[in-house]
Amino acid sequence: MVYNCQSGHPGGSLGCTEFFVALYFHILKHNPSFTMDGKGEDLFFLSNGHISPVWYSTLARAGYFDIKELTTFRQLNSRLQGHPATHEHLPGIRIASGSLGQGLSVAIGAALAKKLNNDSQLVYVLMGDGEQQEGQVWEASMYAAHNKVDNLIASIDYNGQQIDGPVDQILSLKNLRAKWEAFGWIVVESNGNNLEELISTLEKAKSLAKNGKPVLNLMTTVMGNGVDFMMGSHKWHGVAPNEEECKKAMAQLEETIGDF
Amino acid sequence: MIKFAPTDKKDTRSGFGVGLHELGKQNQNVVALCADLTGSLKMDAFKKDFPERFFQTGIAEANMMGIAAGLTIGGKIPFTGTFANFSTGRVYDQIRQSIAYSGKNVKICASHAGLTLGEDGATHQILEDIGMMKMLPGMTVIVPCDYNQTKDATIALGQHQGPAYLRFGRPVWPIFTAGRPFVIGLADTLIAGKDVSIFACGHMVWQAIEAESMLAEKGISAEVINIHTIKPLDVESVLASIQKTGCAVTCEEHQINGGLGDSIAQVLSRFHPAPLEMVAVNDSFGESGKPTDLLKKYGLSPANITAAAEKVLKRKK
Repeated sequence: MVYNCQSGHPGGSLGCTEFFVALYFHILKHNPSFTMDGKGEDLFFLSNGHISPVWYSTLARAGYFDIKELTTFRQLNSRLQGHPATHEHLPGIRIASGSLGQGLSVAIGAALAKKLNNDSQLVYVLMGDGEQQEGQVWEASMYAAHNKVDNLIASIDYNGQQIDGPVDQILSLKNLRAKWEAFGWIVVESNGNNLEELISTLEKAKSLAKNGKPVLNLMTTVMGNGVDFMMGSHKWHGVAPNEEECKKAMAQLEETIGDF
Repeated sequence: MIKFAPTDKKDTRSGFGVGLHELGKQNQNVVALCADLTGSLKMDAFKKDFPERFFQTGIAEANMMGIAAGLTIGGKIPFTGTFANFSTGRVYDQIRQSIAYSGKNVKICASHAGLTLGEDGATHQILEDIGMMKMLPGMTVIVPCDYNQTKDATIALGQHQGPAYLRFGRPVWPIFTAGRPFVIGLADTLIAGKDVSIFACGHMVWQAIEAESMLAEKGISAEVINIHTIKPLDVESVLASIQKTGCAVTCEEHQINGGLGDSIAQVLSRFHPAPLEMVAVNDSFGESGKPTDLLKKYGLSPANITAAAEKVLKRKK
């Protein structure tokens, strides 16, 4: 997808593939015949909208829209905008994201609506680690714990990289687990590139929900996971591979059928 | 003689509070959010009677806007309440992405707008909010003129679909719209006239009514039109008036750039070129002071409107 339009964000997308597979094929109660309100369903919000490629790929394979539509990503007149949007009515998307720091607040609102509607399903949200530098994340974190928004499971893609370099060099998050715990959240940790471990951690997170505290899954991942020359480097945050790089990458990844 | 005798005097924010409470009774899906200004926004009655539908976010307006957007997913109709400055400039990106671009049914209710906030000074006297909000695609922008109309506008927003900005204020102000129907997007001609059209919004509508009587004493017949909905603008009513009078004055408690005056100028230049004068704050910040003293110092008094009308009449061929 990213090669096809020569723009987009392959690094974070590859690092979060297992998360999206775990979520959409093992964890979420969801319905591909999409409704905006999603009553009686679990809801997912992507706050770090730039990893749209992996989300779109997952939604297509989960039956939200035809896999062929993935080739329109970032092209004129496509429903697959560079960053996720509701404006073109792509099934599966409930809020625009891309400008960072906003998704957790939206997820809290959706979780509060579920409580008002006596809807017992959960709300999930994924954020980036660089995104933790946005102040709004901490406004939302404080709110969710204070108000016992416990039908909410947040995850952080903890790959240690952001556009300008390693997070520790740009603006260190220091002890992220301690920060979230101090804000009043239950924190679980996982290896985000190990599917079995991730599924069991998310199941555990579900079992911890509805006990008066929101739950955070701090998920360590490798940016560009599965492609040797992309792995662990911030340089592949928002750069498309050329033809040779794309062939090399595809040769290293199993189950890539359908995108091209 | 002033053609509208005020029936009473109250602050427009109290109209919002009463309207919101009324809506709370009418519709179970109406919810309210406030960022630590419940008393100032007059949201106490709603909070008291519908505590499960009231969300106190603390001093965290960005989060409040995001939560409001999320609440619509599940069918809620959120009304956010804080000062106009914190309802717009502070959270513009949140409104743009999570509310406007996402097409969410959030009603952004903003008090203490403009100079008439008074003593708190320029940090809080936002004069750019109408411009910011009207530029967002799909955003409805309403600036009611008195207590009654603010109440009616709040209730009307309960039935309205899509993002909206409702701007009101702090000072006690004449009430003069009793019995006048409020419809979003329909301008209200308060006084018919033939020489000059005066288009006003918010607190400035009363200033325009006072100016009309001063002009009448000089033998000038002014038409006073309340443009409570800045967007979508009632282009038909604007053009009908200008075709009759041939010149116009706009009055607003806002910067000269980006507000009602700009919207009217666009209509005139595109469809019916005619001389126009704008009574607005001329590219400057406000300061501390009493509301009426501030309106005088920054050129927004009835005398300023009268002078602008006389000036524009001279420009009319």
